[in-house]
Amino acid sequence: MDSIYRENILEHSKRPQNKGHLDPYDYAFEDTNPLCGDEVRIELRVDDSGTVTDVAFDGQGCAISQASASMLTEMILGMHVDEIKAMPKEELLEEVGIELSPARLKCALLSFNVLKASLYGKAVDEQLHS
Amino acid sequence: MFDAAAVKRDFPILNQGGAPPLTFLDSAASSQKPQAVIDALVNYYTTINSNVHRGVYKLAVAADHAYDGTREHVARFINATSPDEIVFTRGTTEAINLVAATWGRTNLREGDLVVSTVMEHHSCFVPWQMIALEVGARIEAVRITESGELDQDHYRELLSQNPKVVAFTQVSNVLGTINPVKEMTAQAHAAGAVVCIDAAQSVPHMAVDVQDLDVDFLAFSAHKMLGPMGIGVLYGKRSVLESMPPYQGGGSMIRKVTLEKTTWADIPSRFEAGTPSVGDVVGLGAAIDYLQDLGYADIARHEHELAAAAIIRLSAIPGVTVYGPPADVARAGVVSFVVDGVHPHDVAALLDERGVAVRAGHHCAQPLMKALGVTATTRASFYVYNTIDDVDRLIEGVEYAQRVFA
Repeated sequence: MDSIYRENILEHSKRPQNKGHLDPYDYAFEDTNPLCGDEVRIELRVDDSGTVTDVAFDGQGCAISQASASMLTEMILGMHVDEIKAMPKEELLEEVGIELSPARLKCALLSFNVLKASLYGKAVDEQLHS
Repeated sequence: MFDAAAVKRDFPILNQGGAPPLTFLDSAASSQKPQAVIDALVNYYTTINSNVHRGVYKLAVAADHAYDGTREHVARFINATSPDEIVFTRGTTEAINLVAATWGRTNLREGDLVVSTVMEHHSCFVPWQMIALEVGARIEAVRITESGELDQDHYRELLSQNPKVVAFTQVSNVLGTINPVKEMTAQAHAAGAVVCIDAAQSVPHMAVDVQDLDVDFLAFSAHKMLGPMGIGVLYGKRSVLESMPPYQGGGSMIRKVTLEKTTWADIPSRFEAGTPSVGDVVGLGAAIDYLQDLGYADIARHEHELAAAAIIRLSAIPGVTVYGPPADVARAGVVSFVVDGVHPHDVAALLDERGVAVRAGHHCAQPLMKALGVTATTRASFYVYNTIDDVDRLIEGVEYAQRVFA
């Protein structure tokens, strides 16, 4: 059986990128995965054109949820808010790069859902699952 | 001499081979089923199946016999005074909801006190919280001590406020604590409270005598005691059950129906609206037979041996914290632990890579997680088919998880 704990996951989980907080920030959202209590908060700073200039995440949870949050912050730095809004979840999953069970998929996508919600200013479960 | 290896051979799901083979340490969530229970289900559907309490033909009589016979069997199993005190439900959760919705709605008033504890499974807390909110009653939770036992001083303090009902678990599904139900029930009765016990984690593992405990209600599930999913038992003292209105309306629970008015059937039918899961009841009967053949004294001794070995060996690993009572006291075979630097879900996923099935998360006990100061734990739970080899594989798996995240 292939381990889901590949080097990239372990690397990001042990040494997360952009972990911390921004003060001030333009967008922020946090949510939990009720299944396992994973928590992720994402904060963004954007310039006048709407491009992400700073990003930070904080939270606690399993290696999958925290590593994917770390990867996501790397991906979106320098992206335009509109681009992020249009980004499909597959892009993050490709980066995560491992076969996940439905339960662990929720871990991997927690940060993605939090990011989208921060930009839309509300919970966007419906849109994400449609 | 309890021969766990021989017991394990009775469980087809544990003998499917494969590499790595399955080490099942999640029986506190749901147990596996012996061939005898599977056979009882197949036999029911092959030779008996028909609806109960209606038919006059031979098959229906056989179904009646199987269903009501098992009710008598369950009554003897927990030493109820009569089969009328045994209500079949979908499980522990439905049983407790039944009590909260019928006894609770009839007897609880604004300002009344409901006493529960912080170590409850959500199924023994949320139904009471819901009815308390509905009628404006208060709900207070008994705290736990450092070693994961109920704080009896706090309990007596709450009893002094004269609660209407006291609802708690006999065995913690996270800590393995065995609560002193008999003593706590006597105190609750002295304070004028009715007692409702969640026995989902006790009945599968220890002999339970409802008359000796003197509880008013006691609920358990078949699927945690080698039986089928979707069937459970609510025991209620006759006098208390007789005072209660029905839970759901429908067939079987009526005496007479007119367009104007309906009168209720006697207990226990009053609480069993609709076609019951007869095959599953028969499966529960087979599970009780199987457990009684093994003998509860031997079962409890065996599980304690495995749990004690797991606790001692896990505690000896640097960076591992074990929760709940220590190895050398009477406790159930549920062992919760946390590995520093490795999230419980990752511990469980890495154990799974090695074929070891354990639980990770809040175990439907979020107030307890908060009291312990953790968001989640990893939980190994032992049952009749586990052997000391399974403890070895658990320990090896935890050490493997630590190496991966080193």
